Amino acid sequence: MQIQLNGEDTQVSAGNLTELVVELGLEQRMIAIERNMEVVPKSEYATTKLEENDRIELVHMIGGG
Amino acid sequence: MSDVFKVGTHEFTSRLIVGSGKYKDFETTKLATEASEAEMITVAVRRVNITDMGKENLLDYIDPKKYTILPNTAGCFNAEDAVRTLRLAREAGGWNLVKLEVLGDTETLYPNVVETIKAAETLVAEDFEVMVYTNDDPIVARRLEEIGCVAVMPLGNPIGSGRGLANPFNIRVIKQRANVPIVVDAGIGTASDAAKALELGADAALINTAIAEAKDECMMARAMCDAVRAGRGAFLAGRMPKRAFASASSPTEGYIWD
Repeated sequence: MQIQLNGEDTQVSAGNLTELVVELGLEQRMIAIERNMEVVPKSEYATTKLEENDRIELVHMIGGG
Repeated sequence: MSDVFKVGTHEFTSRLIVGSGKYKDFETTKLATEASEAEMITVAVRRVNITDMGKENLLDYIDPKKYTILPNTAGCFNAEDAVRTLRLAREAGGWNLVKLEVLGDTETLYPNVVETIKAAETLVAEDFEVMVYTNDDPIVARRLEEIGCVAVMPLGNPIGSGRGLANPFNIRVIKQRANVPIVVDAGIGTASDAAKALELGADAALINTAIAEAKDECMMARAMCDAVRAGRGAFLAGRMPKRAFASASSPTEGYIWD
C-alpha cells in the first residue's frame, strides 16, 4: 500500500501502526506518530489500521535550543 | 539556604537551562551538558529520516531519566504547527513541560507574538505546562502569564546572536511585574551576560549557542554554571546603591597628620 510517510510517497507492507514501527526498525526509539493530523497514542498503534494515502508523520527528538 | 527554582509543578536546583543544538557531536553534547550542571535541556522535534536513520540518537547520550527534557517548537512559524509539534513530543516521551516558540521570520528569528499567544492558549487548555519564548515586552509577558504559562522567557537578543542583553531595563521590569519565573532565553554570548541576567532578577537563563560554539564547550559550560550562580547570589544579596560620587572605603578620621 502507498502512504505519505514524512512527506514522501512510500510503499509499505504494514497494515497497522505497530507493524509500521517494526517495518521501519523503530521499536527501540522514542518516537511519536501523527496519522492524518491526529497524534496516535502508543496504546492504539495495534488497532490503528493504515489506509491507502494516509499521511503519516513520524518524529523523534534531536538537538535544539 | 535552599533556593529552589520552581517552574509549574517542577523544582530545580540549577538555574541554568541548556539547549542541545549546534554541537559537533553527541559526545560533546553530553560532556558539556554535564559540565553545565543543568537539570533541564531543550530538544527539537523533527521527522525521523526514514532512509538514513543513523545508529545513534540524542537521547542515547542525554538520559531522559537524568534530565528534564524540554521539547521546543523551534522552526514553527504559526500556532498550529507549534501545537502539533508539542502534542507529538508529549506522546513521544510523556513530557508535559514544554518550550513554546513561534517565530516571525528566518532572518531575525524574533517571536511572532500573535501566533505565540494563540498557541499558548491552546496548549494551556490541553494541560501543557508552557514555558514561552517571547519579546522583552512587559505587556506581552503579562498577557502570557495571564493565559497560564508557567514561565515567561523574554529574549536578551536574537537567537544565536551572542550579543547579550539588549534591554536590561525591560528584563527587570518584566520580572518586577511577574508572578511566574522569568527566564532570559536567547542572546547570551558569554558568562557576564548570564550573570547580568540573574543579577537583574531573572529566575534562570537558557543558553545554547554560547556553549555549543565556544572553542572549549565544557569550559564554557562550567563558566556559565558559575556565572548563573554568581548572578543569582548577587541578586539575592541585594546590591549596593549606585552613587554619583565617591564614598571612601577607609575611615576618614584618625589620620596621622591630624
